[in-house]
Amino acid sequence: MATQTQIPVEVPVEDQRAPVIEPGHSFSTIGEKVSNIVLKRPVSLGWIFGFLVMFSVMNMLLMAMGYLFLKGTGIWGITIPIGWGFAIINFVWWIGIGHAGTLISAILALLRQSWRNSINRFAEAMTLFAVACAGIFPLIHTGRPWLAYWMFPYPNSMNVWPQFRSPLIWDVFAVSTYGTISLVFWFVGLIPDLATLRDRAENPVIRGIFGILAMGWRGSARHWHRYETAYLLLAGLATPLVLSVHTVVSFDFAVSIVPGWHTTIFPPYFVAGAIYSGFAMVLCLAIPIRAVYGMEDFITMRHLENSGKVMLATGLIVAYGYFIEAFMGWYSGNTFDSFLLWNRLHGPYAAWYWSLLTSNIFIPQLLWLKKFRTSTFWLWVISLIVLVGMWLERFIIIVVSLHRDFLNSAWGMYYPTKWDWMTYIGTIGLFLTLMWLFVRVLPMVSIAELRTLLPEAHVREEEEVHK
Amino acid sequence: MDENNKHQGGPDVCPGKRKQLDLQAVKEQIEETTGPEYWRSLEELAGSDDFREMMHREFPKGASEWLDSFSRRGFLKTMGASLALAGLTGCTKLPPTEIVPYVKQPENLIPGKPMYYATAYTLGGYASPILVESHMFRPTKIEGNPDHPASLGGTDVYAQASLLDLYDPDRAQNITYMGDVRSWTAFTEAVRGPMSAAKGIAGGGVRILTQTVSSPTLAGQIRDYLKANPQAKWHVYEPISRDNANEGAKMAFGEVVETRYDLSKADVIVSLDADFLYAGFPGNTRYIRDFASRRNPDGNMNRLYVVESTPSSTGMKADHRLPVLASYVEDFAKTLAAAVGIKLGGFDQEKSRGATEFDKAVAADLTGHRGSSVVIAGDHQPPAVHALAHAINQALGNVGKTVFYSDSVDANPVNRGQSIHELVEDIRGGKVDLLLILGGNPVYDAPAELGFASALKSNAVALKVYLGTHSNETAELCHWHVPEAHYLESWSDARAYDGTVSIVQPLIEPLYGGKSAHEIITILAGQPDLSGHDLVQGYWQKQHSGSDFESFWRKSLYDGWVAGTAYALKTVALKPATQADVSEMGGLDPGNVPVYELNFRRDPSIYDGRFANNGWLQELPKPLTKLTWDNPVMIGPAMAARMKLTFKDVVELEFQGKKVKGPIWIQAGHPDNMVTVFLGYGRTRSGQVGTGAGFDVYPMRTSQALWFASGVKLTPTGETYDLASTQGYQTMETPDGSERPLVMERDLEEYKKEPNFAKEGETPKELTLYPPVDYSKETYNWGMAIDLNSCVGCNNCIVACQSENNIAVVGQHQTLKGRHMHWIRVDAYYQGPRENPKGYFQPVPCMQCENAPCELVCPVGATVHSSEGLNDMVYNRCIGTRYCSNNCPYKVRRFNFLLFQDWETPQYKMMRNPDVTIRSRGVMEKCTYCVQRINESKIDAERADTVVKDGELQTACQQSCPANAIVFGNINDPNSRVNQWKAQSRNYSLLGELNTRPRTTYLAEVRNPNPELKTERSAG
Repeated sequence: MATQTQIPVEVPVEDQRAPVIEPGHSFSTIGEKVSNIVLKRPVSLGWIFGFLVMFSVMNMLLMAMGYLFLKGTGIWGITIPIGWGFAIINFVWWIGIGHAGTLISAILALLRQSWRNSINRFAEAMTLFAVACAGIFPLIHTGRPWLAYWMFPYPNSMNVWPQFRSPLIWDVFAVSTYGTISLVFWFVGLIPDLATLRDRAENPVIRGIFGILAMGWRGSARHWHRYETAYLLLAGLATPLVLSVHTVVSFDFAVSIVPGWHTTIFPPYFVAGAIYSGFAMVLCLAIPIRAVYGMEDFITMRHLENSGKVMLATGLIVAYGYFIEAFMGWYSGNTFDSFLLWNRLHGPYAAWYWSLLTSNIFIPQLLWLKKFRTSTFWLWVISLIVLVGMWLERFIIIVVSLHRDFLNSAWGMYYPTKWDWMTYIGTIGLFLTLMWLFVRVLPMVSIAELRTLLPEAHVREEEEVHK
Repeated sequence: MDENNKHQGGPDVCPGKRKQLDLQAVKEQIEETTGPEYWRSLEELAGSDDFREMMHREFPKGASEWLDSFSRRGFLKTMGASLALAGLTGCTKLPPTEIVPYVKQPENLIPGKPMYYATAYTLGGYASPILVESHMFRPTKIEGNPDHPASLGGTDVYAQASLLDLYDPDRAQNITYMGDVRSWTAFTEAVRGPMSAAKGIAGGGVRILTQTVSSPTLAGQIRDYLKANPQAKWHVYEPISRDNANEGAKMAFGEVVETRYDLSKADVIVSLDADFLYAGFPGNTRYIRDFASRRNPDGNMNRLYVVESTPSSTGMKADHRLPVLASYVEDFAKTLAAAVGIKLGGFDQEKSRGATEFDKAVAADLTGHRGSSVVIAGDHQPPAVHALAHAINQALGNVGKTVFYSDSVDANPVNRGQSIHELVEDIRGGKVDLLLILGGNPVYDAPAELGFASALKSNAVALKVYLGTHSNETAELCHWHVPEAHYLESWSDARAYDGTVSIVQPLIEPLYGGKSAHEIITILAGQPDLSGHDLVQGYWQKQHSGSDFESFWRKSLYDGWVAGTAYALKTVALKPATQADVSEMGGLDPGNVPVYELNFRRDPSIYDGRFANNGWLQELPKPLTKLTWDNPVMIGPAMAARMKLTFKDVVELEFQGKKVKGPIWIQAGHPDNMVTVFLGYGRTRSGQVGTGAGFDVYPMRTSQALWFASGVKLTPTGETYDLASTQGYQTMETPDGSERPLVMERDLEEYKKEPNFAKEGETPKELTLYPPVDYSKETYNWGMAIDLNSCVGCNNCIVACQSENNIAVVGQHQTLKGRHMHWIRVDAYYQGPRENPKGYFQPVPCMQCENAPCELVCPVGATVHSSEGLNDMVYNRCIGTRYCSNNCPYKVRRFNFLLFQDWETPQYKMMRNPDVTIRSRGVMEKCTYCVQRINESKIDAERADTVVKDGELQTACQQSCPANAIVFGNINDPNSRVNQWKAQSRNYSLLGELNTRPRTTYLAEVRNPNPELKTERSAG
């Protein structure tokens, strides 16, 4: 532990704020409490029931995809002029959600925010699963998904390369890099915990599996040294990615000439929106999980409140984005841009736009009040609303911009079909199925990092250095 | 009957047969499905074994089975012979056994090089001279005959789409007797008996019902028969007839004459409800050309006034348009007649509407252009209006200058309504023993009060024979149904609107063994079974006096018309009694209309219903509404507001006790208190495409109210129905109140003052970070210009493009979603008051932008720029992200959301243009400027060691355009027409401010309103 680089400050018991870990825990109680969920806790009927529900929802996704491959994208509501619909909306939404994990793990790690330590693990898992859900869509939304690999620059006898000016190609790189780094980061972080599980497991098979996954971790000083270095490097690597992924995703729109897409504010506004929805998802999952698995000691009100504050801040950036879009629509004097604004406010999808403003801007303002920030119920409700709002935002950006663009004659309407909904809800099923499995087979909070929050983890010299 | 039962193709003749008449089962299965479900049912059907086998065999079992009582030896012999000739029936289908290439290659046949044949397409008796492109003996494309005065290269939509009819898999494929398959010999035997019996009584009891016949050969044949059998009768019926025009001519001149116009010499044109710029009006192709030639604002521009009861494309092009009730047109005509100095007995202007500012201005304009004006009356206006138009034209001295008279093109110009009426009376009276219906569909479209179907159903007629292409409503009620050969399969002749005869020559053996009317009449007359070729040639041999018949015949076929057959001009004198004959106006009181007037119109796409099974026409957006697959109940905006009706509402129409339900369409510019319905929909036996589409209005159409009548009641039903319109929004004014200058338009006066008005939106060329691509070094640099002033919205370009580029039909359901596939569309915009707006047409193909937004965003480089400035689409490379379409500001890209192309039906495989890829699902497609034609011309030029000259190469849309509104060519050639057009001051780029630098540019529209008439007023 001597060479630890991420040095948390001491547990701030005298602080006004809630602690990041409740008092009364030691190295062993943390290890026991977390690993028992995986190793000891019996599989409850509730878990099985929930799993089956989620699993069948996931199968709905498979069904929808099967029919899609059989028939073509015409089973969806997309048409000309609305060439992108639910698939791209969902892609951007999931990618956005997948931002919180890496942000918490990497950026907050670099910023030495100790409160992140108890929520980073499942936030990272959530990121991975969200990226997996997101990754499905660019593949299946193509007209000929069996040829989607043409978007990768692979050597071929015809010497044909992707068209590198297209933001969709940048997307391929951005998302696949992000997915890979997130996975590696998550796995590296897991190694010490996997070793803990290996050591605590009584069943030889489970011990064997965890043993293989732990890659021979013995907890030696050298191991810790290398681990910390790798973790730090990965955090450094992941940090720009958090910003770049959604920036690149926003280029999918900003690079085009469609009114409502062709906007320079998109990159920051998309990144803020992504973090916004990411934290909403973290809260959405953390609140029930900590209640069900009795993790209130590790995921304390301090975590929830901080997440609420991040949501409030990013929500305000998003609100600023909306404002600037509207302002520019008016200020530019461009007929197409000003019509876009009019169409959002009064057009056939006006109800959707007003719901978006309500759920993304108006309701989250409640978070200014401590009462709402510290109420698990309200936090949970608000984060759900924000998730819906962020989905609506993508709907407004994609569908409402496309459905009435330059030529009045080519205007159209978009009506999602049952297959659209099945695919969308199906990915939620996939996501939750993975989460369901994750909480039971892997330590959902980082044992090693939680231990560093304990007073006994702190070496006096370092404390002084820190002061 | 026993005689016939013997021939029922049984196991004794064809022992290998598994079960009998499986065709019928498949057909029934198809017929049960309705139009909108067509595509789904096709897919489902494709799975069934019967269907697969039918497709595999190419022709249903019945078609290839031997039904005559041949001896076994004879049967084998004939089978051997047919095997040897198997290539003939299947066109290019070769037997699966060992094949031998052409030992002697047919003359001029170069595989891969199409050949062109001149022939003629006939609608309502009027021939459209055409050239047909034939690939290896398969007709694949129809073009206008550029040398023929009635075409000059243009066509109309029906002629273009008639190609699809040829290959229609729903066409009747067998001779049937009461639904059972029979042979031709059985038919001739069955008919010859009664015919020879009838001969004994001079043809008594024989009735022939035809559509309008302009074929000299057929008319000659029927007349010969009638001469030999004076008791037999020839009836003529067609739901869209020229009865009114003919009666009007009789009223004016005492005889039926053909009226034709020379619009190239007309400075002022007044249309009295005549839609002379759309297909279906006799001579429309030539009229469009002549009209458009006078729309050049830099030349001597004409002026068009349209008084009409239903908005039409002609009305949209008008400089002044007056929407009125149909019954007011007569009143208007009288006012006009009075104003040009014709004395009308019994007409008191004060008592009627009274002359308005509009009437006075029109009259003044006409009198100011004596000899260079023309008044055209529409066929659905009563005879009096036609008589008045004749009188006005005479009074203005237009006759012989812009208006000409000749003999009627119609060989038997009897009154259609009367003719069918007599026939039904004869049937009811038991006077008819043998009824021969040659084409048409009277059971579906005869006037309702006659009860034609019930008369036919009764057993009064002993033998009913129907010759028709489809097993339709009429075929169902006849004993014998002989499949009619398509005009591309049979010999005939027909007259164009000026009387010029074209020989109709076949390009392909009858696909389903169809027969022509000529052959049927021969059988009827008891003559030997002559082929159509012999009959037609024989007729002309008699007509041709010289000894050089062979060269005369060859030249006639080669040219596409018989020289010297155009009718001589006739001088007719106005009957002195005309003025008194004009009936007293019995119109409505304009102030207080108790009931609404009902207007029947031919459908712009499927005409009288005969094209109901033609997918190209069903999916062709109608010029104003852009509706497909359906007919609406069309009303004006004021009436809709009063009755609180909106789009989608279904109303019930009640007219003279008959009730019909249909969905509302609110049409800008539609006269108030008027309801327009369209003929041709609601077919019950049309085929997979047409059955069930729309609603049938014929039950309301009686002899007294063929075109319009007052007294229709509208009742909202509370139901709704989605109409599939291909255009999202029809005004250039967006709902936020701003306006987009998509079609640039000025009045002639303003244009003269400010000729560069259209250039406002153009961006400077240097407005980019990147150095512009230099195209000047290339030999070719393609570009297109479209003259909006010439375009009359006739839709030809859409069908021509569909045919040339193998574009799929997607069906009503997909069109409703907005997934139609047309590569070129014609946008229709309205501007101004909804009661009487200005209208514009704007054809939109791919703009082939130099800075193409689509190219930038494609992740796989499936759309790239060529060195000649084309925006190429590489179907093979496309993975279908649709980003290109999102980023296309013109939304001209079309995506195969599902497998829209029919890859199964063998007939369609023969129809397609072999030079154009058939796109599969998941692929984006769009206009290519007909790149296959470009390449063909370039290769030809290269082989001749030269370059493609201006005018040698035409895109499909350009070639078919009767208005000459589209010019395509090499921009690098300084003398090319496209360059000259682009150099005009009116030239502008659509959405030019986006700096996409489109290669397709538009010549702005200039209207020529009467300075006396600043505002139009809506009446009615």
